[in-house]
Amino acid sequence: MPRAEFRSTERLRPLMADYYRGLGAAARDKTAPVAWCTSVGPAELLRALGFEVHFPENHGAMLGALRQANDYLPRAHALGYSPDICSYLSSDVGAFLAGRSPLERFGLEGVPKADVLVFNTNQCHDVRHWFEFYGRAFKVPVLGVTSFRDVDEVTAPLVDAVARQFEDLVPPLEQVAGTRLGADRLQATLERSVACSRLWKACLETAARRPSPLSFFDGCIQMGPAVVLRGTEEACAYYRLLLAELEERVRAGTGAVPGERFRLYWDGMPIWGKLKDLSGLFERLSACIVASTYCNSWVFEALDPADPFRSMARASLELFIARAEGPKERYIERMVEGFELDGLVFHDARTCPNNSNTRYGMPGRLRVRLKIPVLTIDGDLNDLRCYSEEQSKTSIEGFIEQLAEP
Amino acid sequence: MSDQGAPASARDGFYGGIDSGSWNTKAVVIDAGARVLGTAVVRSGADLEAAAESAFAIALRAAGMEAKELGAVWATGFGRENITFAQGTRTELDCHGRGVRHFIPGAVTVVDIGGQDAKVIKLDEHGRRVSHKMNRKCAAGTGSFIDEMALRLDVAIGDLSALASRYEEELELGSFCTVFTGTELLSAIRRGKRPADLARAAYKSIVKRVLEMDVLDQQVVATGGVVAHHPMVVSLLEQALGAKVIVPPLPQEMGALGAALAALEAGS
Repeated sequence: MPRAEFRSTERLRPLMADYYRGLGAAARDKTAPVAWCTSVGPAELLRALGFEVHFPENHGAMLGALRQANDYLPRAHALGYSPDICSYLSSDVGAFLAGRSPLERFGLEGVPKADVLVFNTNQCHDVRHWFEFYGRAFKVPVLGVTSFRDVDEVTAPLVDAVARQFEDLVPPLEQVAGTRLGADRLQATLERSVACSRLWKACLETAARRPSPLSFFDGCIQMGPAVVLRGTEEACAYYRLLLAELEERVRAGTGAVPGERFRLYWDGMPIWGKLKDLSGLFERLSACIVASTYCNSWVFEALDPADPFRSMARASLELFIARAEGPKERYIERMVEGFELDGLVFHDARTCPNNSNTRYGMPGRLRVRLKIPVLTIDGDLNDLRCYSEEQSKTSIEGFIEQLAEP
Repeated sequence: MSDQGAPASARDGFYGGIDSGSWNTKAVVIDAGARVLGTAVVRSGADLEAAAESAFAIALRAAGMEAKELGAVWATGFGRENITFAQGTRTELDCHGRGVRHFIPGAVTVVDIGGQDAKVIKLDEHGRRVSHKMNRKCAAGTGSFIDEMALRLDVAIGDLSALASRYEEELELGSFCTVFTGTELLSAIRRGKRPADLARAAYKSIVKRVLEMDVLDQQVVATGGVVAHHPMVVSLLEQALGAKVIVPPLPQEMGALGAALAALEAGS
């Protein structure tokens, strides 16, 4: 039985294209100020101030998915950016140095020039170095939130400390935007953002059904609006459409992987340049990756329009990537139960230690405690030199053979 | 272990296994009683299918049989999908485990060191695979590393183990990267260190790399071309573990045997 394609994707493509074109127009025609923002935010604050928002991580993912990253990485390395740091950063900087961008396909001449860059270090500190490169290149301010990581319990003092930093961003951002932050506007943006989060989460949760109507590989594509259009009505409208289609698939018993036999979890970053190959490989093996840490990273349910700054801080701290090993393991344990998983696949992304939960023994601990087979794949989000096609294929096939053993 | 007694008759069925490895292609022919009748090892070269045909023909000759007498041939190894005359495939992770299980019952940890990869495969007391680890995208800890070290020491690969056995001084080399270890080796040569001591240090480097891949508990069984041709690796592994390491019959052909056993299981 052939794999069923998503009808919603026909709407996704123009939605994303319109977003990129709008961004390009704002930068070119100066119709709106342009802010660059980390994917985890604070996009809501920027949108409420009227900024058009560019997400360099999304740009990095495009470079990876289009297999352009390895063309540009050497340029950044030659400039002194190590091959061991985030390959999103290095490929993005390399592409900038080469004067190229995947956004050219949407009519942009390159990345939209920033008026300000705003980072949040809750996922890693590489984003700060990344944004500072562009701050120097564009001669514009770089602002940010220095957040906490390895968080066990999200306590009030931690939330207060981060919330204050969000509040401190307002005056300089108002200056760049040339406008005052309207409380109503921030509230409305947060309402749309949390609605988007809930809809996206509902989409992901349909994968708990058998067969799963959605795979991790579908999710990596479908998550686009949750990343770049969070806080807009367009994103909410898209996920209502997608959710309806997923529910239709559930009713019809249409699986993302025809003949689904094994249900797996993916932890860590996607290997963007191998997304299609890996999707095909798992499909051939009748294995569906039904849940992942990555696709859930854009679910910000803590956002509360009634308490904007503290809730933005809480959302930022509650995120999986910002948490200590204990909460992370408990999260994966809940996923194993909720999605009835047969195995866990960990991607050890060579240049992304913060998104690789293989570095402190977690796979082994989970294998023993949850009595579930575990596989670790060596690779990278963008630098395909860190990925061995043959070895990974053998390892994945061997893992499925193991699951199939009586 | 079930290689006793007379071979089964043709009507009971005979089975073949091919392990298309990165350096060598191995072939094994067994009968329905899983008795090994013929084996072969040839260079893989650039034409994997031709190498498989050649190895298979040699194994058949050794078994005194013709291809048409075989019930099925299964393939494993990195080139398994190129072997068009194979009726089925399994990964080398499965086949090495399967082959070892044939000889050694109980919970075992299989350490397989091949030309371009090293594997640690854990089987439980029922012979079921519990986990596996493969080396990272790096030649350190594999046969390629030994080749590189032999080249640097200007000694034929087949003579390296004998050279190392004449060591006098215990030296250490890194285990992180083949290229860097090669540079370390050259530096040691410049400092006047003896080739025999450096050869032993190169083997120790391989063992160090394997030891960091996984916890080598349970009964450790070593397989693969490196194990078959470089006995010092096994003795150093035993020394490091403080325990006996079992080298089963046919360590280099273990994957091919596992493939033949998979063919037998599928055919019976």
